Amino acid sequence: MPAAAGTGYRLTEDQVLLRDTLRDLADEQIAPRAAEIDRTGEFPQDIRRLLARYDVLALPFPEAYGGVGADLLTLAIAIEQIARACTTSSLILTVQSLATLPILLGGSEEQKARFFPDLASGRKLAAFGLTEPEAGSDAGAARTRAVRDGDDYVIDGGKRFITNGSVADLITVFAVTDPDAKTSRRLSCFAVEVPTPGFSVVRLEHKLGIRGSPTAELAFEQMRVPAANRIGEEGDGWKLAMATFDRSRPGIAAQAVGIAQGALDAAVAYARDRKQFGQRIGDFQMVQAMLADMDARTEAARQLTYKACVEVDAGGPEASRWASIAKLVAGDAAMSVTTDAVQVFGGYGYTDDFPVERMMRDAKITQLYEGTQQIQRLVIARALLGR
Amino acid sequence: MKLVVLAKPVPDPAAAAERLGPDDRLDRSAAPNVINGNDEYTLEAALQIADAHPGEVEITLVAMAPANGAETLRKGLAMGATRGLLITDPALAGSDAWSTARVLATALKDVEYDLILAGFDTSDGVAGVVGPAVATLLKLPYLSSAAKIEPDLAAGTVRVRRISPTGFDVLEAPMPALIVGTQLLGTPRYPSLKGIMGARSKEVALRSVTDLGLATAGDGAVGGAAARTTVTAKRTPPARGAARVVRGPAADAAKEIAAFLAERRLI
Repeated sequence: MPAAAGTGYRLTEDQVLLRDTLRDLADEQIAPRAAEIDRTGEFPQDIRRLLARYDVLALPFPEAYGGVGADLLTLAIAIEQIARACTTSSLILTVQSLATLPILLGGSEEQKARFFPDLASGRKLAAFGLTEPEAGSDAGAARTRAVRDGDDYVIDGGKRFITNGSVADLITVFAVTDPDAKTSRRLSCFAVEVPTPGFSVVRLEHKLGIRGSPTAELAFEQMRVPAANRIGEEGDGWKLAMATFDRSRPGIAAQAVGIAQGALDAAVAYARDRKQFGQRIGDFQMVQAMLADMDARTEAARQLTYKACVEVDAGGPEASRWASIAKLVAGDAAMSVTTDAVQVFGGYGYTDDFPVERMMRDAKITQLYEGTQQIQRLVIARALLGR
Repeated sequence: MKLVVLAKPVPDPAAAAERLGPDDRLDRSAAPNVINGNDEYTLEAALQIADAHPGEVEITLVAMAPANGAETLRKGLAMGATRGLLITDPALAGSDAWSTARVLATALKDVEYDLILAGFDTSDGVAGVVGPAVATLLKLPYLSSAAKIEPDLAAGTVRVRRISPTGFDVLEAPMPALIVGTQLLGTPRYPSLKGIMGARSKEVALRSVTDLGLATAGDGAVGGAAARTTVTAKRTPPARGAARVVRGPAADAAKEIAAFLAERRLI
């Protein structure tokens, strides 16, 4: 799978086999659990074990550390297939990748050897700790402080909206090491192994969607982290966070594509089955037009996402633009396609007898996290205007 | 221990795109190909034998199919088979079950094996005769309808639980032997992603009719031209009646379904 992308416009044989395998796995093992995960709001440890068993959580990690060493496109294909069945479940893989990207991009070989094997095997989960109550889109305004003390850093502060923050064993925490520096040099990144003294989970959010994925508020009180767990140099945090987003946003775009495809599949099946006025509702042109538009929007978002993956993997100055364009378009596609899917189902779609209302609630998050749609537009405009 | 699994690439029944070609035979390019469902069950049985004897079992997938069959066999390699052997030749298109059995049996003469496992039947041909025919041609003990396969390498025997109308028969035979399996062998596993990665480096050997020393014309010929069965007529199966969909809370739906079945004296 590595390096195969970009050599041709079609997926490689391996990518097709991986896609089909994960589609079967998701249809047969994950989809039947999705409604219950949403209803109970419990983190699906069974799905985590399932993904670990089939090496799905190994995808983002290099082969040398027990991973599969997948390129970004292959990872996106995997996220898409899981999200098609259950967004919460897809987040397990998405966040395992997101949270460890700072280590992959800026960590030492020693750190990779220490952290990656347990993460690749799925024995441990990771979370990404950047957002704070007053530092969301304005991530540079973070207040969590890390002060050097001998061989350690002492971290005080807290984080909010940390996906899987209460179930993670390793959290990449961004904290201010130089309050007086400019935004791009204020932050440093630390691999925090939890539980550790001074670390606590304050509360979990009650959310519209992705309800099985715990979104945690974390507090750090005199939390000591070995200096050996600092990722990169002091002041590298911002740079690492931005480089992480270039690689993680296409994953969110893939998640959005998966949600849209799941809703489209459900709507098509329903339009074939449901009869009104003596015929299948799929025989009505107004329904046909909706389904056709949903398919076109989903496919357009998918192709853009795949292209973004290849461009980001290739590197270069356009990486941020591609990542943001894909996330912007795919997030909006997921929202509109799932909303239309509910419309195709009519009143039934508004109930939890069918999966489309869940998909519609889940879709909304793809317009919000890893940079709101407004932040994506900001990134794109900056690329255009050369700022 | 060396196991052979007969694994036929067939049009994916889930694609619902099967159609006939101009010769009224199955158009094999109409739908994406997958390994025949029943063959995946016998592959699963072989993989379970391999799991129970780590490092001691080699599994060779053997198939006769068009050249793109190598791609289809890759899933079996990703599931854990060791290597593939594909007999492919344009002259084999349109082969009947007799030809297929001859070709497979001839190819297997060059393969080392303790057991050959075959699926109950294939979803495209549904004849269910190729497995027994291969056993006959190779003069192997033939154990059918296996629900469980227990080889004893030290004793050189294999014990099979054969499903019967009243329960199970226990059969034992010396190895090598050919076993036709059932879906009771266990649900086929998904390939792991590392398995998919590893499958790329596994070999699928290709053999033509000439490689096997067989002929496509004259006495004892194999292939489409020598087929002993012909298509004499075709008809579309009658359409299924409209399905009745039961909706509502599970408890109410269960009652409705039970009443429906009871009405027809099915329960």
